[in-house]
Amino acid sequence: MKIKQSVSSLWIVGLLVVAGFGLFLLFGTPQTHAAAPADNAPHAIEVKIDNFSFGPMTLSVPSGTTVTWTNNDDVPHTVVSDDHATFKSPALDTGEKFSFTFDKPGKYAYFCSVHPKMTAQVVVQ
Amino acid sequence: MSQYIRDNHDTDGIDRRGFLKCMAWAGTGTYCVLQGGVLKSFALSDIMQHQPGSLKGDLSFVQISDSHIGFNKDANPDVTATLREAIAKINSLPTPPSFVLHTGDLTHLSKPEEFDTLAESLKSVKTERIFYVPGEHDVLNDNGEMYRQRFAQQTKGDGWHSFDQKGAHFIGLVNVMNLKAGGLGSLGPQQLEWIEKDVSRLKISTPIVVFAHIPLWAVYPQWGWGTDDSEQALSYLKRFASVTVLNGHIHQTMQKVEGNVTFHTAMSTAFPQPQPGQAESPGPMKVPADRLRGLLGITDVNFMRNKHTLGIVDSPLS
Repeated sequence: MKIKQSVSSLWIVGLLVVAGFGLFLLFGTPQTHAAAPADNAPHAIEVKIDNFSFGPMTLSVPSGTTVTWTNNDDVPHTVVSDDHATFKSPALDTGEKFSFTFDKPGKYAYFCSVHPKMTAQVVVQ
Repeated sequence: MSQYIRDNHDTDGIDRRGFLKCMAWAGTGTYCVLQGGVLKSFALSDIMQHQPGSLKGDLSFVQISDSHIGFNKDANPDVTATLREAIAKINSLPTPPSFVLHTGDLTHLSKPEEFDTLAESLKSVKTERIFYVPGEHDVLNDNGEMYRQRFAQQTKGDGWHSFDQKGAHFIGLVNVMNLKAGGLGSLGPQQLEWIEKDVSRLKISTPIVVFAHIPLWAVYPQWGWGTDDSEQALSYLKRFASVTVLNGHIHQTMQKVEGNVTFHTAMSTAFPQPQPGQAESPGPMKVPADRLRGLLGITDVNFMRNKHTLGIVDSPLS
């Protein structure tokens, strides 16, 4: 009986070890990654639209960054890449937002198609 | 900066001082007469006292602009109410206008319910017909499809058109589509070609009235207040004795005469915008409630064929 109990105990210990390792894999891994250099983590950056201009006018970000534009003006604006194809927001009323994730390095010039004097760029590294 | 009017070297009798004087009167109503290429401006009150008959002409029509139905911010939380006041102003004119021109920005966000409200409101205007050109706020998300279906069915291209009224030729242009990054308003090659053809059959004595949303002259390019290819369009009109260009977009009255061409911009019926360079941006200008109606209004145009005279009166709502 004693031996049997020991075997059961071993099983329980074994299970606990496996479960612990599993937990480590589940929760430990991201922690390890979070501590790694910031380049590998997803980025989110805000661009503000105030007084008929984009701020900042030139934004440099690592690849994979999601840029979110917020219109703070009393009139609608749009966020449209110069090629009219890469990204194109609908008209953003006051307080409305538009997001785009930049996956490829390059220089992305964009403007407001309602007020084309409003120009800016995102540089993706 | 170089394109902003600093001095006017034309021999039209209007220098910057005179131009600003004309603008200063805009708050109380201005009457501007073109006689043989010379622009004369008078305060509306003087005209009413001394020349009551001079407002009558062969043809009279009204320009309204920038109704921005759907706008509800501080500068004017009830733009439908001020549009109704503008309509009441039109309906109380001593000579009912033959027709009305709306020079764009009917709506603020191109929404169907905004177009509905505008159309419904304008039904009460006592006139035979209303002609439209779109503003950039009317073509926001669908390249102007909804605008054209509702307001420009008998037009060409993006919504340009022309018609004749009592011997004068009217041309409605669209300069708010396919705008390029860093640029101003744009007519585009197709429309330019059409303008050239449209006026080729006309006699030089035919008075021409061009109406479009964004100014067809460089009012203040830094704020986008101009049209990239307007000079080419105007080159087709150089041979005509009298050309009047009516625009909106800048929500204030401005006037300039260049040779035989008179440029004029109208007030908005919704909210005022700052004078060129007098604010950080051209956004809606917030003014005390009791000043608002002095900065909104309509434009009454009278054409006297035999006198070769065109009279433009800007009347604020109050």
